[in-house]
Amino acid sequence: MNVIARSLGLTWVAEYDHEHDRAASALSGFWLFMMSDLIIFGLMFATYVTMLTPMSFAGGPTPKELFELPGAALETAALLTSTYTFGMASLAIKFDRGLGKVKSWLLITLALGLVFLALEIREFAHMVAEGAVPQRSGFLSAFFGLVPLHGVHVTAGVTWLVMMLIQINRTGLTGSAKSRIARLALFWHFLDLIWVGIFSVVYLGGIA
Amino acid sequence: MSHSFWSLVFGRLDFDSLDFLKAFFHPDLNDVIVSGASWVVILGAVVTAALLTWFRLWGPLWSKWLISVDHKRIGVMYIVLALIMLARGVLEGVVMRAQQADGLHGGFVSADHFAQLFSTHGTIMIFFMAMPFLTGLINIVVPLQIGARDVSFPMLNSLSLGLTVSGAMLVMISLVIGDFSTGGWTAYPPYTEPDFQPGAGVDYWIWAVTLAGLGSTLTGINFVVTILKERAPGMTLLRMPIFTWNALCTSLLLVFAMPPLTVAGLMLAADRYLGFHFFTNTLGGNMMNYANLFWQFGHPEVYILILPAFGVYGEVIATFSGKRLYGYVTLVIATMAIGFLSFGVWLHHFFTMGQDADVNAVFGIATMLIGIPTGVKVYDWMATMFRGRIRFSVPMVYALAFMVLFVLGGLTGILLANPTVDFQVHNTLFLVAHFHNMLIPGTLFGMLAGYTYWFPKVFGFRLNDRWGYIAAFSWIIGYFLAFMPLYAVGLMGMTRRTVSYTNSAFEPWFLVAGAGAFFVTVALVTLCVQLYVSIRDRELTRDIGGDPWNARTLEWATPSPVPAYNFPVMPHIHALDAFAVAKEAGFGYQEPTSYSDIHLPGNTWAGVIAAVFGTALGFGLVWHMWWLAWLSLAVLAVSLIARALLGDRHPVKIPATEVRRQYRAWLEKVRAVTPVTRALEWDHRNCGVAATEYFEEAAE
Repeated sequence: MNVIARSLGLTWVAEYDHEHDRAASALSGFWLFMMSDLIIFGLMFATYVTMLTPMSFAGGPTPKELFELPGAALETAALLTSTYTFGMASLAIKFDRGLGKVKSWLLITLALGLVFLALEIREFAHMVAEGAVPQRSGFLSAFFGLVPLHGVHVTAGVTWLVMMLIQINRTGLTGSAKSRIARLALFWHFLDLIWVGIFSVVYLGGIA
Repeated sequence: MSHSFWSLVFGRLDFDSLDFLKAFFHPDLNDVIVSGASWVVILGAVVTAALLTWFRLWGPLWSKWLISVDHKRIGVMYIVLALIMLARGVLEGVVMRAQQADGLHGGFVSADHFAQLFSTHGTIMIFFMAMPFLTGLINIVVPLQIGARDVSFPMLNSLSLGLTVSGAMLVMISLVIGDFSTGGWTAYPPYTEPDFQPGAGVDYWIWAVTLAGLGSTLTGINFVVTILKERAPGMTLLRMPIFTWNALCTSLLLVFAMPPLTVAGLMLAADRYLGFHFFTNTLGGNMMNYANLFWQFGHPEVYILILPAFGVYGEVIATFSGKRLYGYVTLVIATMAIGFLSFGVWLHHFFTMGQDADVNAVFGIATMLIGIPTGVKVYDWMATMFRGRIRFSVPMVYALAFMVLFVLGGLTGILLANPTVDFQVHNTLFLVAHFHNMLIPGTLFGMLAGYTYWFPKVFGFRLNDRWGYIAAFSWIIGYFLAFMPLYAVGLMGMTRRTVSYTNSAFEPWFLVAGAGAFFVTVALVTLCVQLYVSIRDRELTRDIGGDPWNARTLEWATPSPVPAYNFPVMPHIHALDAFAVAKEAGFGYQEPTSYSDIHLPGNTWAGVIAAVFGTALGFGLVWHMWWLAWLSLAVLAVSLIARALLGDRHPVKIPATEVRRQYRAWLEKVRAVTPVTRALEWDHRNCGVAATEYFEEAAE
């Protein structure tokens, strides 16, 4: 009998508490979601770039005629600052600076997000008034596929932020709230990165 | 009722859209078939509802299944969906084979109806048969194989199922109300733009595929995290069963390959609903963007379809050869290599659409490269069988048929990977024969092998083997007769998607293919008979011990059917094929020294809400019933936000004493069972406890 020398293969051990890695799983899942979402943005960028041809302008307005730096720069400033303020909120959570600090940084972030959306909507309205509508050309379709998609994401982020403010107002900074704010922060910074891409490719690239 | 009020409520839906009335207004053969199909759907729904009412099953159906978050029950629901859709898809295929068998004389269905048939057949078989089937198997098996309580996100799992169901519902509704797209399963614009197809058909395609695709993306995320985060202690990556490895690779592909489909679908929707010009002929649209986007999804998709089947074959061949898998690590590497390469070959789906020869050459070579890891797999499976003690069980018959036929199909794939050959045979039935050659012996046989293999684990009794063999051989013969002739007529120049032909040389081949369709129908009927007979005779095939095949991996160490909590306590894994090693050491059925309370997630309505309002959302969009679309979207959004704010309100706790009572009762039963040798595997004496007959070098 050399059973002892053999590997048992399988042993049954009473469970230890698995709850602690719920947050880690959720965070991993969210990373994967963002990777998937990044593919969507990547494809929208690719489509946009292929539509920067005279054929796709179809005699309509070109990027050079449409885009102007000041508006886009203001939007960029609002969004980049909001990423900074969200970072401050995350630090306030990390170093236990109190619920008040967290709430005020998140509120500032929310305000900046709304400013960004307002500026963006104003820009779209301006374009539509000039007749630069998505139905005009393939290029404009691609523009209105890419940039408002980012806007829709920011809207989702803003809604999420409002929900989180409601939650921490009701329950304080519980484990669940912290883990959700961590994911929202990730999302917010992700949207910022996408915007840097849009600013560089669409606006700077368009004017250059 | 004024016209404007009508259109406000019903959008563009009118009496002419009601397919089931067509036979009464235009009683020609084509319309009788159209109406007949919709009556089958209507009667099927009514009979199902009546039976559920008669047997008072609505309550259990709701509380045990529809709102369940148990991964095994969700998996079963996916497979039920897959089997229903398989029946429709096969029957559509049979109608097409019958039409072309008579195609020299014009046949009996109209060209438009034929186009709808091949569009729904393709869409259903890919998105609503193969995808739910493999997702169902992954759902049932993976958490058990890695020693997990459940998936990482059980509520999300239910939501994914709901979204998949809503897509399938839309395709079924299209049979009753309105026409489906005639643009094939790929829905290439500009033909699918409103200039050419203004009706509801393409919109059915868009929303069915988009909703189901969203569900699949979420499933992918769920299973990547589950496999990476929920493994039992000691279950290192290289101790994961091969099916789980394939499931991991499939899930990664789902995460990264579904977004292009979503993008392509939504861009097409923007063209159709909002007048955008992504893919139109005019004003700068570019349909090549669609071709690229679609196949950036479409090519990884074929590996999404085949990898889980490869996983099933790995388990089946090892188990029924009584050996550990040969070259486990090379199989893992081959799997991941296939997953990686699958993203770099999409252009071979449109070699003839205008790239220069150099680009085609690069993609042609990349395509041939995939043959290498696939070849590694085939050799590993053969080496696993070599000097094994092989039992020709039903799953093994599928596996062997697969190994022969899949290699044949792979070789025609290598032919097609050569752009110069592709220019000759593209858009012919040669291509149709090729991909059916991959998907039927590959995916479908794999899924059916998995269905037969894991059935006792889920339901506690084996499937009838006699009918299983009849079904398997009917599939094999039917496949052979139906598709081998298509290679020939394809080489002779018969284009695909053609309703009729004038070259009489084609006819004999199509008659043979028609005979094949008959055998495939027999196979489908046989599967139903098998299920009926198996349920009737379930007392003769009870799987009490939970290990009817003397199998190797962790899922077989649990009772059959598996309790909701899967494992009484955490299994600790010390080897690859841990259960086989434990059995060889004489420790197959141990009792844990202590137990602890088990926490399980509570049931959720998320899946049902997603299914009902997802369907309503799609239906509203298809028929321009904007109030319905907005309402459904609002319900979906509000219920998800509410769930996020409220959390899981009904978590379940199973006390340690209860777990111990159940597990001990099971161990009592197992000890009362006489272990059987493999000679009695299909005998009624096999109650799921395997006798130790032979030793094979333990893994480590």
